[in-house]
Amino acid sequence: MKDKYEVIVVGAGHAGCEAALASARKNHKTLLITSSISNIATMPCNPSIGGSAKGIIVREIDALGGQMGKAADATLLQMKMLNSSSGPAVRSLRAQADKITYPKFMQEILMNQKNLEIKEAMVEDLIVENKEVKGVILDDFTKITSNIVILTTGTYLKSDILVGSTRTRSGPHNEKPSLHLSDNLKKYGLDILRLKTGTPPRIKRDTIDFSKAKREDGDNKYYTFSHDEEATYDLNNQQPCYLIYTTDETKKIILDNLNKSSMYGGLNDITGVGPRYCPSIEDKIVRFSDKPKHQLFLEPESKYYDDIYLQGFSTSMPKNIQEKMVHSLPGLENAKILKYAYAIEYDAIYPTQMKPTLENKIIKNLYTAGQINGTSGYEEAACQGLIAGINAALALENKEPLILKRNEAYIGVLIDDLVTKGTNEPYRMLTSRAEYRLLLRHDNADLRLREYGYKVGLINEQQYQKFQIKKENIKKLITELKNTKITVDSEKKRIGISVYEYLKNPNINLKNLIDKYQLQLKYTDDIIEEVEIQIKYSGYITKVEREAQKMLKNEEKQIPNDIDYDKIPNLASEARDKLKKIRPLNIAQALRISGVNPADISILLIYLRKYYNE
Amino acid sequence: MNDTIAAISTALGVGAISIIRVSGSNSISIVNSIFKGKNLQQQKSHTIHYGHIVDNDNVIDEVLVSLMKAPKTFTKEDIVEINCHGGIATTNKVLELLLINGCRLAEPGEFTKRAFLNGRIDLVEADGIMNLINAKTDISRAASINQLSGKVSDLIKNLRNKLIEIITNIEVNIDYPEYEDIEVVTTKTIKPKIEKIHQELENIIKKSETGKLINDGIKVGIIGRPNVGKSSLLNALLEEDKAIVTDIAGTTRDIVEGKISLDGIILNIIDTAGIRQTDNIVEQIGVEKSIEIIKKSDLVLLLLNNNEPLAFEDKKLLDLIKNKNHIIIINKIDLEKKLNINEKVIEISIKNNIGIDAVLEEIKRMFNLNKIETQDLTYLSNARSISLLKKANENIKSAKENIDNNSPIDMIELELKEAWNHLGEIIGQTYTDELIDELFSRFCLGK
Repeated sequence: MKDKYEVIVVGAGHAGCEAALASARKNHKTLLITSSISNIATMPCNPSIGGSAKGIIVREIDALGGQMGKAADATLLQMKMLNSSSGPAVRSLRAQADKITYPKFMQEILMNQKNLEIKEAMVEDLIVENKEVKGVILDDFTKITSNIVILTTGTYLKSDILVGSTRTRSGPHNEKPSLHLSDNLKKYGLDILRLKTGTPPRIKRDTIDFSKAKREDGDNKYYTFSHDEEATYDLNNQQPCYLIYTTDETKKIILDNLNKSSMYGGLNDITGVGPRYCPSIEDKIVRFSDKPKHQLFLEPESKYYDDIYLQGFSTSMPKNIQEKMVHSLPGLENAKILKYAYAIEYDAIYPTQMKPTLENKIIKNLYTAGQINGTSGYEEAACQGLIAGINAALALENKEPLILKRNEAYIGVLIDDLVTKGTNEPYRMLTSRAEYRLLLRHDNADLRLREYGYKVGLINEQQYQKFQIKKENIKKLITELKNTKITVDSEKKRIGISVYEYLKNPNINLKNLIDKYQLQLKYTDDIIEEVEIQIKYSGYITKVEREAQKMLKNEEKQIPNDIDYDKIPNLASEARDKLKKIRPLNIAQALRISGVNPADISILLIYLRKYYNE
Repeated sequence: MNDTIAAISTALGVGAISIIRVSGSNSISIVNSIFKGKNLQQQKSHTIHYGHIVDNDNVIDEVLVSLMKAPKTFTKEDIVEINCHGGIATTNKVLELLLINGCRLAEPGEFTKRAFLNGRIDLVEADGIMNLINAKTDISRAASINQLSGKVSDLIKNLRNKLIEIITNIEVNIDYPEYEDIEVVTTKTIKPKIEKIHQELENIIKKSETGKLINDGIKVGIIGRPNVGKSSLLNALLEEDKAIVTDIAGTTRDIVEGKISLDGIILNIIDTAGIRQTDNIVEQIGVEKSIEIIKKSDLVLLLLNNNEPLAFEDKKLLDLIKNKNHIIIINKIDLEKKLNINEKVIEISIKNNIGIDAVLEEIKRMFNLNKIETQDLTYLSNARSISLLKKANENIKSAKENIDNNSPIDMIELELKEAWNHLGEIIGQTYTDELIDELFSRFCLGK
């Protein structure tokens, strides 16, 4: 009997949407199951897409043929290039996203996607035979079969909402959680991890006195995440954000009521580990007690409703204390809280149980992506969804999987970190996690990844042709700059020099040169920018590429599948345990496992040489 | 992998006792098989036993045997140390017996390598132990002990801390660009900090090179035309009661004619081939040979004859040593002065034993030997560590240059990170999640 579906995706958040689209666009019959169709692609936390490092992930998603960037471009409220005064490697886009129009845009894309069906239901179990997944079982015991299942369940696995001393089994915003799926995963042999995150209160816009806050506007230059489309937003009609600070009064209220917070004694059964980069306001005040004030942002959630998101103020205090806290803030003395802040605890699987393809090591044909893998953030979720969708499809087609390397994409860094190092807290991408970040820039996302997108079939001919022309133009411009000589003043002498050489000076700007010397170069701004970066930072880029080469060399040293770590003498027991659990594919990956020391690697290498003649 | 290794672990010919060390899972049984006394396999760990080493029924030596069972040993393997009382010949015979009975001769440094591979010591300690083994003089030994105590690690860790402070601040600015209450680091604000790190590194490197000197000694070459008294000078230097070893062809590539301990620093007087073919046989040391000696030496002693005018060959040699540590010595001042030279010289008469001390004093002055602080030898004395220090220093230097060239701060950070990694390699710590942990413990961030 032929399966009805080739791929079932469980959950329609940012990971689920990308996974379902990738699989369906690759012509595989796909079913997307969500507990609530109206909640597809919603943003339960902050109203923004992108940010430092995350913005580059969105560009990478777009370069590979994913949807997130285009959805954000089409619906944004404000756009900003972060770190624009720093070097090119750390520039990153952030859009304030509209929480109404973004999900709507995504829903329409999904509804109109060929090969994709959407079903409203709650998945509570999997069909597993001989360690291989064969489909899903719904809460009414209906079975739906498929070749591959991708779980993108977000924070819905046995989730509890924590406010003060109350614990309520519920998904975000009073939605239904999945009650049994994580227990069932445990039953099939998976290790389950309990994580925690939080969200701040939402305030009614017209009860805030914005005159006491500092206004933060978007950039007055057009940007897009997308590599294919022009910006469509109105540059002069972007929505502002506002900056305020907590007061002495805020600090006093929090310290006086600390034991009422869920995390500080309000509840004594909390096991979930919260993220260090996203602490609650009470955490910040306790851990950094010498700081007199903390920064908060007021961010609009949508053009179509009134909520203002109070970024930096997530808390698990009881509602009456939240009222007091909010009213202690400048401009919010009379503010009305529309939604109270809460913390949420949820189950996730230990990500080291996955292969770098995002397929589970224990259950064949089961893929996971997003918060279920221990990450945090819409962008982190979306990129995993995309990779899981692509690899599920490639597996159906009996093709080599797509595994991005650490020197190719933030996505590669993220997945490698997850499957190699695991995580104990919700994992957020940071530029500091990428050792080759100079190679992983906003500007070259397409140069790095579009080829892969085309090869897997998510980039169409037209997009690919456009990309080829861009590459061609970059080459042509570089040659032209090498051949164009100009005369410049240098230490009281006039010297002739090629523009190419002259550009290596950090103080020289190509566009100014073009104007000054009336150079006849007919190229678009993105080509000029790309070429300028490549030339100006060529010294650094070469250096980082050399480093990357060293890593790639170790990546070539494959570790055989059948290696028995118990047979290797002298391995430290911690290293032995970690190696057995993670089963790295190669020496480079083994080197990145925490607790595996260089000495263990020498022993491993000696063993490989001895028994596998490597 | 886990075979049993053996080697003589004391310098041959020095001292009354020589120790043979055996390490590996069969060490106790192998030693027991050539030992006449108690059954070593039935003794407790960390005990010493008196007995004889026998070859069949022939007694080879009277010995003390130390038993140390894994894991509380230097290599974390079973170790037996045999204290032999005999000279070189008997010690060699005992070793030979061990090899016949199933030991393998250890490669140089293999005990330390095992200690390192078995996780007993970190890299710095491993280097330190290597130096301890090689320590030939007291100062050198003091340096080795300091290195073992973790003082070096502290020094490096301290520098790394300073670097990571700057790095995390830069990182946090990048990852949280809109946090106004976090100090924004600019190239201007980090410049003085980087300059300070640069100075400290330069300091450690300087000290380290002195350390290398202490361990390896100073290579001294003697050059000059035939019959100026090169061999007499060598003998005069060696005849001072400072001579340690003479006429031993060392294991190094350079043939060492003799060693002198000068205030605890070893002078290795290197091969001046043909120097002993004196008198009637005309020496064939051409300029080429001299060039070779000059290349090998840390210090060149050029010997001239007071009794002859400056020859063409002398001028050539003077020219060759211009950019090298050198001392020009005029010999035969007991004879009529026919030499005119416009350089700083030391006048001696080897025949009448005049001026030899002045030469030694000058060497001490040149290498600051009087100023070596034997109390605080917290430097790294190993070539590998020094090269890593120098690499780190190069990174810091380019960081400084790039600041002056207005490079963006995240590019400058590349150099700082690399320096941080190089320093980490010295103490065996490379890229880990340290950085991320640091980021979150130092700054208050959140959404």
